[in-house]
Amino acid sequence: MNATGWPNWRRLNQEGIVFAIAILLFAAAALGLPGFLTADNLVAIVRSVSVLGILALGMAVVIIGRGIDLSAVAIMAMSVAWYLQLLNTGTSDGLAFVYVLAGVLAIGLLNGFLVAYADVPAIFVTLATGSFVFGYVRSQLITQDAVPVPGGHWVELLGGIRFLDIPIEVFVFAGLAFLVFLFLRYTKWGRFIYFAGDNPVAARNIGVPVRPMLVLRYVLSAFVALIAGLLTAASLHSINTRIVNSTLLYDIVLVAVIGGIGLSGGRGGVRNVLVGAALIGILLNAMTIIDIPLLYQNLIKAAILLGAIIVDGIINPRDEQTAQQGDI
Amino acid sequence: MNFRERLQAWRYNLVPDHLVGEILTKRWTDNAIPFLALVATLGVFGSIIPGFFKLTSLQESTRQLGEFSLVVIGMTVVMLGGGIDLSVGSIFALSCFSAVYVFFILEQSIWLALAAALCTGLIFGAINGYLVGYLRLRAFLTTLVTFIFGRALFDILVTTYAADVQLSQASSDVLDFIGDGTFWGLSVSVWLAIILAIVTHIALTRSRPGWHVLAVGGSRRSAHNAGIRVRRTVFMTYVFSGFCASIGGFLIACRLSGAGPGTGLNLEIMALTAAVVGGVSLGGGRGSVVKGLMGAIIVLTMTNGLIRLGYGTGTNQMVLGIMLAVAVTVDIRWLKNRHKVLNEVYVAPVYLKMGETQSAAPGSGTSYELDNRLSAADHIGLGELEGPEDVILDRDDHLYCGTRHGEIVRFFAPDYVKSEVFAHIGGFPLGLAFDRQGNLISCVGAMGLYSVSPDRNVKRLSAETARSWTSIVDDARLRDPNDCDIAPDGRIYFTDSTKRYDAHDWALDSIENRATGRLLVYDPKDGSTKTLLDGYRYTNGVCMAHDGKSLFFAESWACRVHRYWLEGPKAGTAECVIRDMPGYPDNINRASDGNYWMAWLGMRTPSFDLSLRHPDMRKRMTRRLPQDEWLFPNINTGGVVKFNEKGGIVETLGDLSGNAHPMVTSMREHKGYLFVGGILNNRIGRYKISGADPNWTSPASYWGGNP
Repeated sequence: MNATGWPNWRRLNQEGIVFAIAILLFAAAALGLPGFLTADNLVAIVRSVSVLGILALGMAVVIIGRGIDLSAVAIMAMSVAWYLQLLNTGTSDGLAFVYVLAGVLAIGLLNGFLVAYADVPAIFVTLATGSFVFGYVRSQLITQDAVPVPGGHWVELLGGIRFLDIPIEVFVFAGLAFLVFLFLRYTKWGRFIYFAGDNPVAARNIGVPVRPMLVLRYVLSAFVALIAGLLTAASLHSINTRIVNSTLLYDIVLVAVIGGIGLSGGRGGVRNVLVGAALIGILLNAMTIIDIPLLYQNLIKAAILLGAIIVDGIINPRDEQTAQQGDI
Repeated sequence: MNFRERLQAWRYNLVPDHLVGEILTKRWTDNAIPFLALVATLGVFGSIIPGFFKLTSLQESTRQLGEFSLVVIGMTVVMLGGGIDLSVGSIFALSCFSAVYVFFILEQSIWLALAAALCTGLIFGAINGYLVGYLRLRAFLTTLVTFIFGRALFDILVTTYAADVQLSQASSDVLDFIGDGTFWGLSVSVWLAIILAIVTHIALTRSRPGWHVLAVGGSRRSAHNAGIRVRRTVFMTYVFSGFCASIGGFLIACRLSGAGPGTGLNLEIMALTAAVVGGVSLGGGRGSVVKGLMGAIIVLTMTNGLIRLGYGTGTNQMVLGIMLAVAVTVDIRWLKNRHKVLNEVYVAPVYLKMGETQSAAPGSGTSYELDNRLSAADHIGLGELEGPEDVILDRDDHLYCGTRHGEIVRFFAPDYVKSEVFAHIGGFPLGLAFDRQGNLISCVGAMGLYSVSPDRNVKRLSAETARSWTSIVDDARLRDPNDCDIAPDGRIYFTDSTKRYDAHDWALDSIENRATGRLLVYDPKDGSTKTLLDGYRYTNGVCMAHDGKSLFFAESWACRVHRYWLEGPKAGTAECVIRDMPGYPDNINRASDGNYWMAWLGMRTPSFDLSLRHPDMRKRMTRRLPQDEWLFPNINTGGVVKFNEKGGIVETLGDLSGNAHPMVTSMREHKGYLFVGGILNNRIGRYKISGADPNWTSPASYWGGNP
């Protein structure tokens, strides 16, 4: 992908800087904050970024293919909320799960279809479907903001599984990260995503099925969101749909972008997600230990994201030759 | 005519399907869809919700509409410049807070509060503008992040100061008036929105900065190449958007006398949806303030209507999501396919059965029989010229012709080797004629009737005629002025070949075969242009009869020549004098022996004649085949025909070799020679006419001997 030496060097440099900052931050927190460098807290850090990291994996695949999925959080929260609502109103587990899978698949397909075949910018499609998914499920399918997990259900049990005192979502995150890594690095389809993200027209000319693969990416992202939602419900024993209006979505983009995945597509990989997730996890944990109020945390995160986007804009400047009209 | 043909003739000649294409060429069709959506929305909600149109209810909703419209105007301008501003909700909320803080907590005057609100908006807008305009970041994500940032800041400020604002004793009549009062029945916010909309509209359509915004949005690179300061223009759009949102924020501060956590929530997606639903194009360049306002009314009516109908939490987001997705998709598809649709439906062929014709084949023995005489012509300007549609000679024997490059070239007598650009016109000069004063009159394709004086002053004589009431396409403009001639009284008679196609699309006109050609007259005394005759199939050459009492004009696609009477008992009427020729007639000029020369630009073919009887086939052809596989009139063979006053054919000249003059669009006799031009040729031919008067010249024939 990078035949010439120097852009590679610069990209590594950005990822390296973020990684170095993460280590410095870690060291500073370990030295300065009491209770940071305990086993429990370290597990808490990893656990806190697991769901975020899983969502960021899905987002990363979409961004590498020069897209973005702003409906991820809405799909995550609303699909699970609907699932739990169905269970609470007495629908059988299998049937409810089939419904939800079908719904998630439909939204993924809709996103992909509008982006790939109707040529609508991804940002608008997913903004609209995200708004629609939230609005539709909230107003038509569920009755209150938070839906609890029915007692004794497997989702609840899932949240209780521990292995070496480490909760299950950490393993799911690790497993998914490894799978996505294998997919992106060693499969034909994974390599095609890079081609399509780097230069869609050229990819199409050499025979890559650009459009079906776009649809695939959005479906993938939707399913990853569903998994993240189930894990969230498992650890909290309920799902709160207000999370859609929180800054979680921007945290996901933040993890991906700050790790060094260029928004213009074609660059980055799983390692970048891990680095980004590490930095954000340490940062959030440190801020919580210092007892910074949530509102200020949002402000700080927004400032970091802004900085990340500015750096991204300088390192990966927009290519006016391949940028399209309306690609904003 | 059998039954099938009769049906076809009725179907294609009586059903006006060419109007669909003409309507689609109008720019206002862009506005039609959002306007219909607006009417439908108002109609539906007005009928469902009781009291929707009551004054008090309207006043409350218009107050909100005023604030919202202000935000949408800002968003529209940013989008026209090719960007997007998602931070309007935050700017709105922060400006609202600034005003509230200055007024209620610092207890300063309302005007200082206004200034604080505006400052907040301008600074926030400037930050956006700097990041997107000068640092060239992606507008969507950048403003998304500044939106989160602003929102977080606002949430902190509101939670910190909410109690203080509640306890504040500050009050002001001005604030109450802005918040609750009305002026001539409308609230202040509506007045402000109207004023700002008008100012913005005028600025966008009639001022330099506005044009720059549209140019940058239309094509960034071209705007940069044209010398527009792209980055500054983009910067200014965000500042303007911040300004608009801050006025909205100030107004809501006055209306609610405070700021709450819900202030400006979801405003960005509402404003974005409004702009897109109204038809402001993503990516910039297309749209208007009016469209944005239409979208604002649609969106606000819909969301407010749903709330009043009692639908629960989330309904708004659902409806906004659907509206945004549908509007964006429609916008993108429409933008992509509009010209395709237009190309597909614009050509609407009609039925015509051409009459049987005599053969022009060599050896057929008819008067139209082509020979090889023109291949013996000398060439003038070979390789230097492109497209001498018409040629003409002046009293001093110099030769003039138009070229494809938009110039009139003069070749000097006597050998016509040296040449110069006589005048630069800018359009393709077609028909030429000299008037009594020696001015060169020219019909310029797609531009109009022009006059070039002997000292080379180019002057436009006419570019339009009266518009007819029933025509949808603007038929006042001359689209294809083709040939002209001048009557003894100085009036210039000229043809405009088609109303539906520009000059270079003459081939489409031939395939459509709709009769829209006109004969017009320009009167130099009062500068007026009048339409004399209408409804001919590609009117072409014009020539005054030798006595100056009538004129001949050619109707190309019908292969006919008509005579139009200027005076005498038949004045003002036309009669057909030659019909069903085997060739398509072009220019007509006088001959020395009292007859007339006529050029054939091409020859009829049985296949194309047959296709004229099958309009459905030609319609399918233009829709399904690439243009280079279409069936066109044959223009690879032509010739020169001499006919007499009565329309009888005297002789026919041709070039069977096809090397020198395969097609001819013009010929001019001068001192025993015939000068031959062709619109697709690269030379002028000079052919010695045997037995012609060696002293006869065209200027003398028109205006008498040398002065």
